[in-house]
Amino acid sequence: MAVKVRVPTILRTHTGGSKLVEGTGDTLGALFVDLDTRHEGLRGRLVSGEGAGELHRFVNVYINDEDVRFLGGLDAKLSDGDEVTILPAVAGG
Amino acid sequence: MRYDSLVSSVGRTPLVGLPRLSPSADVRLWAKLEQDNPTGSIKDRAALWMVQDAEKRGVLSPGAMVLEPTSGNTGISLAMVCRQRGYRLTCVMPENTSIERRQLLAMWGAEIIFSAAAGGSNEAVAVAKRLAAEHPDWVMLYQYGNPANAQAHYETTGPEILEDLPSITHFVAGLGTTGTLMGTGRYLRERVPGITVVAAEPRYGELVYGLRNIDEGFVPELYDPAVLTSRYSVGPKEALRRTRELVAEEGIFAGISTGAILHAALAQADRAVKEGKRADIAFIVCDGGWKYLSTGAYAGTLEEAEAALEGQLWA
Repeated sequence: MAVKVRVPTILRTHTGGSKLVEGTGDTLGALFVDLDTRHEGLRGRLVSGEGAGELHRFVNVYINDEDVRFLGGLDAKLSDGDEVTILPAVAGG
Repeated sequence: MRYDSLVSSVGRTPLVGLPRLSPSADVRLWAKLEQDNPTGSIKDRAALWMVQDAEKRGVLSPGAMVLEPTSGNTGISLAMVCRQRGYRLTCVMPENTSIERRQLLAMWGAEIIFSAAAGGSNEAVAVAKRLAAEHPDWVMLYQYGNPANAQAHYETTGPEILEDLPSITHFVAGLGTTGTLMGTGRYLRERVPGITVVAAEPRYGELVYGLRNIDEGFVPELYDPAVLTSRYSVGPKEALRRTRELVAEEGIFAGISTGAILHAALAQADRAVKEGKRADIAFIVCDGGWKYLSTGAYAGTLEEAEAALEGQLWA
Protein backbone atom coordinates (compact mmCIF):
# COMPACT_ATOMS: atom_id res chain seq x y z
CA MET A 1 0.00 0.00 0.00
CA ALA A 2 2.11 2.87 -1.28
CA VAL A 3 1.32 6.52 -0.65
CA LYS A 4 3.16 9.47 -2.20
CA VAL A 5 4.13 12.22 0.24
CA ARG A 6 5.08 15.78 -0.73
CA VAL A 7 7.53 17.28 1.74
CA PRO A 8 7.95 21.07 2.13
CA THR A 9 11.39 22.69 1.83
CA ILE A 10 11.61 23.25 5.56
CA LEU A 11 11.43 19.49 6.33
CA ARG A 12 13.70 18.18 3.56
CA THR A 13 16.63 18.00 5.93
CA HIS A 14 14.97 14.73 7.01
CA THR A 15 14.55 13.35 3.47
CA GLY A 16 18.02 14.02 2.09
CA GLY A 17 16.60 16.93 0.08
CA SER A 18 13.82 14.89 -1.58
CA LYS A 19 10.54 16.72 -2.14
CA LEU A 20 8.65 13.48 -2.88
CA VAL A 21 8.94 10.33 -0.79
CA GLU A 22 6.89 7.14 -0.49
CA GLY A 23 5.52 5.37 2.53
CA THR A 24 2.90 2.91 3.72
CA GLY A 25 0.20 2.83 6.39
CA ASP A 26 -3.54 2.38 6.83
CA THR A 27 -3.79 5.71 8.60
CA LEU A 28 -1.90 8.99 8.51
CA GLY A 29 -0.43 8.25 11.95
CA ALA A 30 0.86 4.86 10.72
CA LEU A 31 2.30 6.51 7.61
CA PHE A 32 4.29 8.96 9.73
CA VAL A 33 5.65 6.10 11.87
CA ASP A 34 6.69 4.27 8.68
CA LEU A 35 8.31 7.40 7.18
CA ASP A 36 10.27 7.96 10.37
CA THR A 37 12.04 4.59 9.96
CA ARG A 38 13.71 5.90 6.77
CA HIS A 39 13.56 9.67 7.38
CA GLU A 40 14.64 9.98 10.99
CA GLY A 41 13.16 12.86 12.94
CA LEU A 42 10.44 13.67 10.40
CA ARG A 43 7.57 12.43 12.58
CA GLY A 44 8.77 14.53 15.49
CA ARG A 45 8.41 17.67 13.37
CA LEU A 46 4.82 16.80 12.40
CA VAL A 47 3.36 15.30 15.55
CA SER A 48 3.48 16.76 19.05
CA GLY A 49 2.45 15.35 22.40
CA GLU A 50 2.81 11.96 24.09
CA GLY A 51 1.75 8.57 22.68
CA ALA A 52 -0.13 8.81 19.39
CA GLY A 53 0.10 12.59 19.77
CA GLU A 54 -1.60 15.10 17.51
CA LEU A 55 -0.70 17.16 14.47
CA HIS A 56 1.55 20.12 15.19
CA ARG A 57 -0.51 23.32 15.30
CA PHE A 58 1.42 24.99 12.46
CA VAL A 59 1.51 21.97 10.14
CA ASN A 60 -1.23 21.32 7.60
CA VAL A 61 -1.54 17.89 5.99
CA TYR A 62 -3.78 17.08 3.05
CA ILE A 63 -4.87 13.71 1.63
CA ASN A 64 -5.70 14.20 -2.04
CA ASP A 65 -5.94 17.94 -1.31
CA GLU A 66 -8.40 17.58 1.60
CA ASP A 67 -7.30 18.86 5.03
CA VAL A 68 -6.86 15.80 7.29
CA ARG A 69 -8.16 17.69 10.33
CA PHE A 70 -11.62 17.20 8.79
CA LEU A 71 -10.92 13.51 8.05
CA GLY A 72 -9.97 12.35 11.53
CA GLY A 73 -6.49 13.86 11.87
CA LEU A 74 -3.84 11.20 12.50
CA ASP A 75 -6.61 8.56 12.32
CA ALA A 76 -7.51 9.60 8.75
CA LYS A 77 -7.68 6.50 6.52
CA LEU A 78 -5.27 6.05 3.62
CA SER A 79 -5.74 4.02 0.45
CA ASP A 80 -3.27 2.80 -2.14
CA GLY A 81 -2.33 5.59 -4.54
CA ASP A 82 -3.35 8.44 -2.22
CA GLU A 83 -1.27 11.60 -2.31
CA VAL A 84 -0.32 13.28 0.94
CA THR A 85 0.86 16.90 0.99
CA ILE A 86 2.54 18.47 4.02
CA LEU A 87 2.68 22.28 4.28
CA PRO A 88 3.51 24.79 7.00
CA ALA A 89 0.54 27.00 7.93
CA VAL A 90 0.80 30.42 6.26
CA ALA A 91 -1.39 33.49 6.29
CA GLY A 92 -3.66 34.64 3.47
CA GLY A 93 -5.62 37.88 3.08
CA MET B 1 -30.07 52.21 -6.25
CA ARG B 2 -29.22 55.53 -4.58
CA TYR B 3 -26.70 55.93 -1.72
CA ASP B 4 -25.51 58.88 0.37
CA SER B 5 -21.86 58.11 -0.32
CA LEU B 6 -19.59 55.47 -1.80
CA VAL B 7 -19.04 53.57 1.47
CA SER B 8 -22.80 53.30 1.94
CA SER B 9 -22.90 51.22 -1.24
CA VAL B 10 -20.72 48.41 0.16
CA GLY B 11 -22.47 45.00 -0.01
CA ARG B 12 -25.84 43.98 -1.47
CA THR B 13 -24.00 42.30 -4.31
CA PRO B 14 -25.80 40.14 -6.91
CA LEU B 15 -26.09 36.36 -6.61
CA VAL B 16 -26.12 34.94 -10.13
CA GLY B 17 -26.80 31.43 -11.35
CA LEU B 18 -24.34 29.49 -13.49
CA PRO B 19 -26.61 27.76 -16.04
CA ARG B 20 -23.74 26.26 -18.05
CA LEU B 21 -21.43 25.09 -15.24
CA SER B 22 -24.24 23.71 -13.05
CA PRO B 23 -24.50 19.95 -13.66
CA SER B 24 -28.32 19.71 -13.58
CA ALA B 25 -31.58 21.44 -12.65
CA ASP B 26 -31.31 19.81 -9.21
CA VAL B 27 -27.66 20.65 -8.57
CA ARG B 28 -27.07 24.34 -9.12
CA LEU B 29 -24.17 26.75 -8.60
CA TRP B 30 -24.64 30.38 -7.60
CA ALA B 31 -21.92 33.06 -7.71
CA LYS B 32 -21.90 35.96 -5.23
CA LEU B 33 -20.33 38.78 -7.24
CA GLU B 34 -18.16 40.65 -4.73
CA GLN B 35 -16.31 42.52 -7.48
CA ASP B 36 -19.39 44.76 -7.48
CA ASN B 37 -18.19 46.41 -4.25
CA PRO B 38 -16.70 49.95 -4.48
CA THR B 39 -13.03 48.92 -4.76
CA GLY B 40 -13.82 45.70 -6.57
CA SER B 41 -13.44 43.07 -3.86
CA ILE B 42 -15.16 41.40 -0.91
CA LYS B 43 -12.67 43.10 1.43
CA ASP B 44 -14.66 46.35 1.35
CA ARG B 45 -17.03 44.73 3.83
CA ALA B 46 -14.33 43.82 6.37
CA ALA B 47 -12.47 47.12 5.93
CA LEU B 48 -15.58 49.21 6.54
CA TRP B 49 -16.65 47.16 9.57
CA MET B 50 -13.17 47.25 11.14
CA VAL B 51 -12.90 51.04 10.71
CA GLN B 52 -16.43 51.66 12.03
CA ASP B 53 -15.72 49.39 14.99
CA ALA B 54 -12.48 51.22 15.80
CA GLU B 55 -14.36 54.53 15.62
CA LYS B 56 -17.00 53.22 18.01
CA ARG B 57 -14.29 52.07 20.42
CA GLY B 58 -12.77 55.54 20.20
CA VAL B 59 -9.33 54.42 19.04
CA LEU B 60 -9.41 56.35 15.74
CA SER B 61 -9.17 60.13 15.73
CA PRO B 62 -8.93 62.46 12.71
CA GLY B 63 -5.54 62.18 11.01
CA ALA B 64 -4.70 58.90 12.76
CA MET B 65 -2.29 56.46 11.10
CA VAL B 66 -3.86 53.10 10.36
CA LEU B 67 -1.51 50.14 9.86
CA GLU B 68 -2.35 46.82 8.21
CA PRO B 69 -0.52 43.75 6.93
CA THR B 70 -2.17 42.77 3.65
CA SER B 71 -1.48 40.91 0.42
CA GLY B 72 -3.53 43.54 -1.38
CA ASN B 73 -7.31 43.61 -1.35
CA THR B 74 -7.82 44.51 2.31
CA GLY B 75 -5.27 47.28 1.96
CA ILE B 76 -7.02 48.65 -1.13
CA SER B 77 -10.39 48.60 0.66
CA LEU B 78 -8.91 50.24 3.77
CA ALA B 79 -7.20 52.88 1.65
CA MET B 80 -10.53 53.89 0.13
CA VAL B 81 -12.37 53.93 3.47
CA CYS B 82 -9.54 55.74 5.30
CA ARG B 83 -9.28 58.44 2.64
CA GLN B 84 -13.04 59.08 2.83
CA ARG B 85 -12.81 59.49 6.60
CA GLY B 86 -9.56 61.42 6.93
CA TYR B 87 -7.20 58.73 8.22
CA ARG B 88 -3.77 57.91 6.86
CA LEU B 89 -2.86 54.30 6.00
CA THR B 90 0.36 52.31 5.93
CA CYS B 91 0.18 48.81 4.43
CA VAL B 92 2.77 46.11 4.89
CA MET B 93 2.62 43.98 1.75
CA PRO B 94 4.75 41.05 0.55
CA GLU B 95 6.93 42.06 -2.40
CA ASN B 96 5.67 39.11 -4.49
CA THR B 97 2.26 40.62 -5.21
CA SER B 98 0.96 41.99 -8.51
CA ILE B 99 1.94 45.47 -9.75
CA GLU B 100 -1.73 46.49 -10.03
CA ARG B 101 -2.20 46.09 -6.27
CA ARG B 102 0.66 48.51 -5.57
CA GLN B 103 -0.70 51.01 -8.08
CA LEU B 104 -4.19 50.87 -6.59
CA LEU B 105 -2.90 51.29 -3.03
CA ALA B 106 -0.82 54.29 -4.06
CA MET B 107 -3.75 55.76 -5.99
CA TRP B 108 -5.97 55.76 -2.90
CA GLY B 109 -3.15 57.34 -0.92
CA ALA B 110 -1.69 54.46 1.10
CA GLU B 111 1.97 54.17 2.01
CA ILE B 112 3.42 50.74 1.26
CA ILE B 113 6.17 49.00 3.21
CA PHE B 114 7.32 45.83 1.47
CA SER B 115 8.08 42.63 3.33
CA ALA B 116 10.27 39.81 2.00
CA ALA B 117 8.71 37.39 -0.51
CA ALA B 118 9.81 34.30 1.41
CA GLY B 119 7.22 33.50 4.03
CA GLY B 120 4.49 35.41 2.16
CA SER B 121 1.90 37.07 4.35
CA ASN B 122 3.43 35.57 7.52
CA GLU B 123 6.35 37.91 7.04
CA ALA B 124 4.03 40.88 6.40
CA VAL B 125 2.22 40.11 9.67
CA ALA B 126 5.53 39.90 11.55
CA VAL B 127 6.78 43.22 10.11
CA ALA B 128 3.46 44.96 10.88
CA LYS B 129 3.53 43.70 14.48
CA ARG B 130 7.05 45.11 14.89
CA LEU B 131 5.97 48.47 13.45
CA ALA B 132 2.95 48.56 15.74
CA ALA B 133 5.23 48.05 18.75
CA GLU B 134 7.55 50.85 17.55
CA HIS B 135 4.66 53.27 16.91
CA PRO B 136 2.18 52.96 19.77
CA ASP B 137 0.11 55.82 18.31
CA TRP B 138 -0.58 53.90 15.08
CA VAL B 139 -3.77 51.84 14.92
CA MET B 140 -3.37 48.31 13.59
CA LEU B 141 -6.81 46.95 12.69
CA TYR B 142 -5.34 43.45 12.21
CA GLN B 143 -7.78 41.63 9.93
CA TYR B 144 -6.56 38.18 11.07
CA GLY B 145 -7.72 38.61 14.62
CA ASN B 146 -10.27 41.45 14.50
CA PRO B 147 -13.78 40.11 15.24
CA ALA B 148 -15.25 42.99 13.19
CA ASN B 149 -13.86 41.28 10.07
CA ALA B 150 -15.99 38.15 10.60
CA GLN B 151 -18.85 40.26 11.97
CA ALA B 152 -19.12 42.12 8.63
CA HIS B 153 -19.95 38.81 6.97
CA TYR B 154 -22.22 37.68 9.79
CA GLU B 155 -24.24 40.90 9.38
CA THR B 156 -24.15 41.30 5.59
CA THR B 157 -22.79 38.48 3.39
CA GLY B 158 -24.64 35.72 5.26
CA PRO B 159 -28.07 37.43 5.39
CA GLU B 160 -27.79 38.52 1.75
CA ILE B 161 -27.08 34.98 0.54
CA LEU B 162 -29.84 33.38 2.63
CA GLU B 163 -32.37 35.99 1.50
CA ASP B 164 -31.51 35.39 -2.17
CA LEU B 165 -31.18 31.60 -1.85
CA PRO B 166 -33.35 30.17 0.97
CA SER B 167 -32.82 26.67 -0.48
CA ILE B 168 -29.01 26.86 -0.01
CA THR B 169 -27.32 23.55 0.85
CA HIS B 170 -23.62 24.48 0.45
CA PHE B 171 -21.50 27.57 1.01
CA VAL B 172 -17.98 27.67 -0.48
CA ALA B 173 -15.44 30.47 0.02
CA GLY B 174 -11.72 31.15 0.14
CA LEU B 175 -9.66 30.81 3.29
CA GLY B 176 -7.25 33.67 3.97
CA THR B 177 -7.99 35.65 7.11
CA THR B 178 -10.90 33.19 7.52
CA GLY B 179 -13.25 36.18 8.09
CA THR B 180 -15.62 35.42 5.19
CA LEU B 181 -16.02 31.76 6.15
CA MET B 182 -16.28 32.35 9.90
CA GLY B 183 -18.89 35.14 9.64
CA THR B 184 -20.99 33.83 6.75
CA GLY B 185 -20.56 30.22 7.86
CA ARG B 186 -21.76 30.92 11.41
CA TYR B 187 -24.76 32.89 10.21
CA LEU B 188 -25.82 30.15 7.79
CA ARG B 189 -25.16 27.32 10.28
CA GLU B 190 -27.50 28.95 12.80
CA ARG B 191 -30.33 29.06 10.25
CA VAL B 192 -29.83 26.22 7.75
CA PRO B 193 -29.68 22.80 9.46
CA GLY B 194 -27.17 20.48 7.83
CA ILE B 195 -25.56 23.09 5.60
CA THR B 196 -22.15 22.17 4.19
CA VAL B 197 -19.51 24.90 4.65
CA VAL B 198 -16.40 24.38 2.54
CA ALA B 199 -13.08 26.26 2.55
CA ALA B 200 -10.86 26.51 -0.53
CA GLU B 201 -7.33 27.41 0.41
CA PRO B 202 -4.83 28.53 -2.25
CA ARG B 203 -1.70 26.40 -2.53
CA TYR B 204 1.20 28.62 -3.60
CA GLY B 205 4.68 27.87 -4.87
CA GLU B 206 7.40 26.73 -2.50
CA LEU B 207 8.84 30.19 -1.93
CA VAL B 208 5.72 31.25 -0.04
CA TYR B 209 6.15 28.37 2.40
CA GLY B 210 9.81 29.27 2.89
CA LEU B 211 9.68 29.66 6.66
CA ARG B 212 12.84 29.23 8.69
CA ASN B 213 11.09 26.87 11.05
CA ILE B 214 7.65 25.40 11.63
CA ASP B 215 7.05 27.58 14.66
CA GLU B 216 6.96 30.63 12.37
CA GLY B 217 3.72 29.19 10.98
CA PHE B 218 0.55 31.19 11.32
CA VAL B 219 -3.10 30.39 12.00
CA PRO B 220 -5.39 33.45 12.08
CA GLU B 221 -6.86 34.10 15.53
CA LEU B 222 -10.32 34.29 13.90
CA TYR B 223 -10.15 30.70 12.68
CA ASP B 224 -12.54 28.19 14.26
CA PRO B 225 -12.50 24.87 12.40
CA ALA B 226 -15.87 23.92 13.94
CA VAL B 227 -17.56 26.29 11.46
CA LEU B 228 -16.26 24.27 8.50
CA THR B 229 -17.36 20.92 7.10
CA SER B 230 -14.21 20.45 5.05
CA ARG B 231 -11.20 22.32 3.76
CA TYR B 232 -9.41 21.83 0.43
CA SER B 233 -6.03 22.94 -0.83
CA VAL B 234 -6.20 24.09 -4.47
CA GLY B 235 -3.08 24.58 -6.56
CA PRO B 236 -2.49 27.22 -9.25
CA LYS B 237 -3.20 24.88 -12.20
CA GLU B 238 -6.75 24.05 -11.06
CA ALA B 239 -7.37 27.65 -9.97
CA LEU B 240 -6.31 29.00 -13.37
CA ARG B 241 -8.29 26.38 -15.29
CA ARG B 242 -11.47 27.20 -13.38
CA THR B 243 -10.90 30.96 -13.60
CA ARG B 244 -10.77 30.60 -17.38
CA GLU B 245 -13.82 28.29 -17.44
CA LEU B 246 -15.81 30.82 -15.44
CA VAL B 247 -15.21 33.56 -18.00
CA ALA B 248 -15.53 31.26 -21.03
CA GLU B 249 -18.73 29.50 -19.93
CA GLU B 250 -20.51 32.10 -17.84
CA GLY B 251 -18.88 35.41 -18.80
CA ILE B 252 -17.70 36.12 -15.24
CA PHE B 253 -14.23 37.72 -15.26
CA ALA B 254 -12.84 36.87 -11.83
CA GLY B 255 -9.52 36.85 -10.00
CA ILE B 256 -7.51 33.68 -9.58
CA SER B 257 -8.56 32.86 -6.01
CA THR B 258 -12.13 32.61 -7.30
CA GLY B 259 -10.98 29.82 -9.63
CA ALA B 260 -9.78 27.90 -6.58
CA ILE B 261 -13.16 28.40 -4.90
CA LEU B 262 -15.06 27.33 -8.03
CA HIS B 263 -12.90 24.19 -8.17
CA ALA B 264 -14.01 23.23 -4.66
CA ALA B 265 -17.63 24.16 -5.43
CA LEU B 266 -17.66 21.96 -8.54
CA ALA B 267 -16.32 19.04 -6.49
CA GLN B 268 -19.28 19.46 -4.12
CA ALA B 269 -21.64 19.58 -7.12
CA ASP B 270 -20.11 16.36 -8.49
CA ARG B 271 -20.58 14.65 -5.17
CA ALA B 272 -24.24 15.72 -4.94
CA VAL B 273 -24.90 14.36 -8.45
CA LYS B 274 -23.25 11.01 -7.58
CA GLU B 275 -25.28 10.77 -4.36
CA GLY B 276 -28.49 11.74 -6.18
CA LYS B 277 -29.07 14.70 -3.87
CA ARG B 278 -30.47 18.15 -4.59
CA ALA B 279 -27.95 20.98 -4.05
CA ASP B 280 -27.89 24.77 -4.20
CA ILE B 281 -24.23 25.72 -3.89
CA ALA B 282 -23.38 29.39 -3.29
CA PHE B 283 -19.76 30.44 -3.71
CA ILE B 284 -17.86 33.71 -3.42
CA VAL B 285 -16.37 35.57 -6.36
CA CYS B 286 -13.78 37.51 -4.32
CA ASP B 287 -12.78 40.03 -6.95
CA GLY B 288 -12.57 40.70 -10.68
CA GLY B 289 -9.64 39.69 -12.84
CA TRP B 290 -8.38 43.20 -13.55
CA LYS B 291 -5.69 43.22 -10.86
CA TYR B 292 -4.18 39.99 -12.18
CA LEU B 293 -3.89 40.75 -15.92
CA SER B 294 -0.17 41.45 -15.57
CA THR B 295 0.41 37.98 -14.09
CA GLY B 296 -0.38 36.38 -17.47
CA ALA B 297 -3.18 34.35 -15.89
CA TYR B 298 -5.60 34.86 -18.76
CA ALA B 299 -3.30 34.48 -21.77
CA GLY B 300 -1.27 31.69 -23.35
CA THR B 301 -1.37 28.05 -22.30
CA LEU B 302 -2.26 26.94 -18.77
CA GLU B 303 1.31 25.71 -18.31
CA GLU B 304 2.71 29.14 -19.19
CA ALA B 305 0.25 30.84 -16.87
CA GLU B 306 1.08 28.44 -14.06
CA ALA B 307 4.81 29.04 -14.53
CA ALA B 308 4.21 32.81 -14.40
CA LEU B 309 2.45 32.44 -11.03
CA GLU B 310 5.30 30.48 -9.42
CA GLY B 311 6.37 32.25 -6.25
CA GLN B 312 3.56 34.84 -6.53
CA LEU B 313 0.87 35.44 -3.91
CA TRP B 314 -1.98 34.99 -6.38
CA ALA B 315 -4.86 34.97 -3.93
